[in-house]
Amino acid sequence: MKPQTIFDKIWSSHIVDQNPSGECLLYIDRHLIHEVTSPQAFEGLKNNKRKVRKPLMTLAVPDHNVPTTERRFGITDNESRIQVEKLIENCREFGIPFFPIEDLRQGIVHIIGPEQGFTLPGTTLVCGDSHTSTHGAFGSLAFGIGTSEVEHVLSTQTLILKPAKNYLINFVGELKKGITAKDVILHLIGKIGTAGGTGFVFEYAGKVIENFSMEERMTICNMSIEAGARAGLIAPDNKTFEYLKDKPLSPKGEEWDKAVEYWKTLKSDKNAHFDKKIDIIASSIEPQVTWGTSPEDVVSITASVPDPAKIKSTDKRQSAERALDYMGLEPGQKMCNIDINTVFIGSCTNGRIEDLRKAAEILNGRKINKKVRAFVVPGSGLVKKQAEEEGLDKIFVSSGFEWREPGCSMCLAMNADKLQPHERCASTSNRNFEGRQGRGGRTHLLSPEMAAAAAIKGKLFDVRKL
Amino acid sequence: MEKFSKLAGIVACIELSNIDTDMIIPKQFLKTIKRSGLGKGLFYEMRFDENEKLIPEFILNKSPYNESKILVALDNFGCGSSREHAPWALTDFGIKVILAKSFADIFYNNCFKNGILPIKLLGEEIEKIINFSKNKFLELEINLKKQTIKGSEINLSFEIDEYKKKCLLNGWDDIDLTLKKENLISEFEIKNNESWLEPRRNE
Repeated sequence: MKPQTIFDKIWSSHIVDQNPSGECLLYIDRHLIHEVTSPQAFEGLKNNKRKVRKPLMTLAVPDHNVPTTERRFGITDNESRIQVEKLIENCREFGIPFFPIEDLRQGIVHIIGPEQGFTLPGTTLVCGDSHTSTHGAFGSLAFGIGTSEVEHVLSTQTLILKPAKNYLINFVGELKKGITAKDVILHLIGKIGTAGGTGFVFEYAGKVIENFSMEERMTICNMSIEAGARAGLIAPDNKTFEYLKDKPLSPKGEEWDKAVEYWKTLKSDKNAHFDKKIDIIASSIEPQVTWGTSPEDVVSITASVPDPAKIKSTDKRQSAERALDYMGLEPGQKMCNIDINTVFIGSCTNGRIEDLRKAAEILNGRKINKKVRAFVVPGSGLVKKQAEEEGLDKIFVSSGFEWREPGCSMCLAMNADKLQPHERCASTSNRNFEGRQGRGGRTHLLSPEMAAAAAIKGKLFDVRKL
Repeated sequence: MEKFSKLAGIVACIELSNIDTDMIIPKQFLKTIKRSGLGKGLFYEMRFDENEKLIPEFILNKSPYNESKILVALDNFGCGSSREHAPWALTDFGIKVILAKSFADIFYNNCFKNGILPIKLLGEEIEKIINFSKNKFLELEINLKKQTIKGSEINLSFEIDEYKKKCLLNGWDDIDLTLKKENLISEFEIKNNESWLEPRRNE
């Protein structure tokens, strides 16, 4: 048989039908839904008198639009409340399992999927959210879809898709001390650009990836979409199995053994064909921070804001000029001299327990700068509980951070957590688009460790020099 | 879904790369539970200032571009979030065709589910269109069946996936098509009945 990549293996084992022009009807094993991109899908089902084919294959949780402050009195914002209520109502009507806002297991879809063992290797997993790529860390072919496709999955448990091309991202050698998964993925995006992966599924490989924990692998796969790839994959290994064992929805007993036996085959075969490959020298990666309004606008913390005048392509030069104007930065300004006034630690990129531990380690015994408003939003209720058991909340609070309830929060600022115009934020989230964290707000993407350092110094700062 | 075959109109150019879906429809418009009425939020932060006043210089606020059906942009149009609110906003505003050097995958797919035709053109072709429309109102006729774009001094052809073309031309609904294959889906489920794949009920 022709050697296959992980992507080829998962794809070919999920084909229900194929038409002559190459579109496949692909079976979908797992479907996550949330309040923002699902109401119109349910409306479509109802208008057309369609059923949900396999309600237990879908799991619902409100996350995008939920408050992260006091929740005892419910959601005060009317539209947000209606959206969250609609989700619960739709799930009840169609028999779909859900975690309501008061459930300890509530959290960001991409955090709770793995946490519950809903995400499994070898499965196809989709969600009406572009950061669904996160689940690729488990060797699950996972990608974001639109609302029409959410309806398609609910109704048929399939999607009509053309296969993607394979792109091998190979990290050569080892990372320098103090370099995080966030630095690695930002570095890659800077290197290949936000459209570098369009039409591809990434497979991440190399010692760096093998050495990463599941949390770190999730951070890597999460931002695949920021390089244009709908999905990123990592071959499952013992770390993957250990993470998933005994999770509430993971297979148990004999089923577990059978599953692991199969999961072990999910490696790209020797000589498997990749349409594209890149080698990244791991030791060349420094702590990364973005300067512009696209995740590809990224440099090392030791570098300076680039000069658009030196960019040859007219289109790229104009983009850089526009970005600097929006960001209120000057060419040549040292990155480590940029003052910030807000720090956000959280999101599906960096809202897991390890992220909070690493930030807390930096903050332990230190106080944040007085002019900085800083807050931590754990990725889920279970992450929050775990952090509290470890006393991390106390470290955050005594350093001057606010300790919040779980949700997407200021990653996309749909709830009350927003930047005011011209406020500048060191953020562990995934997008620095214009207005992403609030109209006129200025976002610098970085790791949780670098965010903690920025909070202490009141400016972007090389955490290794603290 | 509405059928799409031919369309003629004035093009509006936004000379930017990486127009993301946050730009196309900002988050405050995502709180709706409907698909309709999103045109008011299209490019909101470019069309309206902080005091919600119209910014007259922005192209889609100027006549006749405020009635453009064809939008032109540079690279990686529709990157970022998967929100289908982006094509909903475009179509509600009246935009049915987007010409760009390249598109982000999820957005590109979402367009076809909403009767919008996204067309990928070569860099030089996009630049030609932009240059023409700088000097005068450029009207183009898009013919999906023939896969052509025509206007004064513009005569281009474009590529499109056969299946997607057929769906647009006929206004087919994907779900209806798939439901006709119900037997194949059931067969697949029986054949691939791995017990470990069945998620347990919560609780």
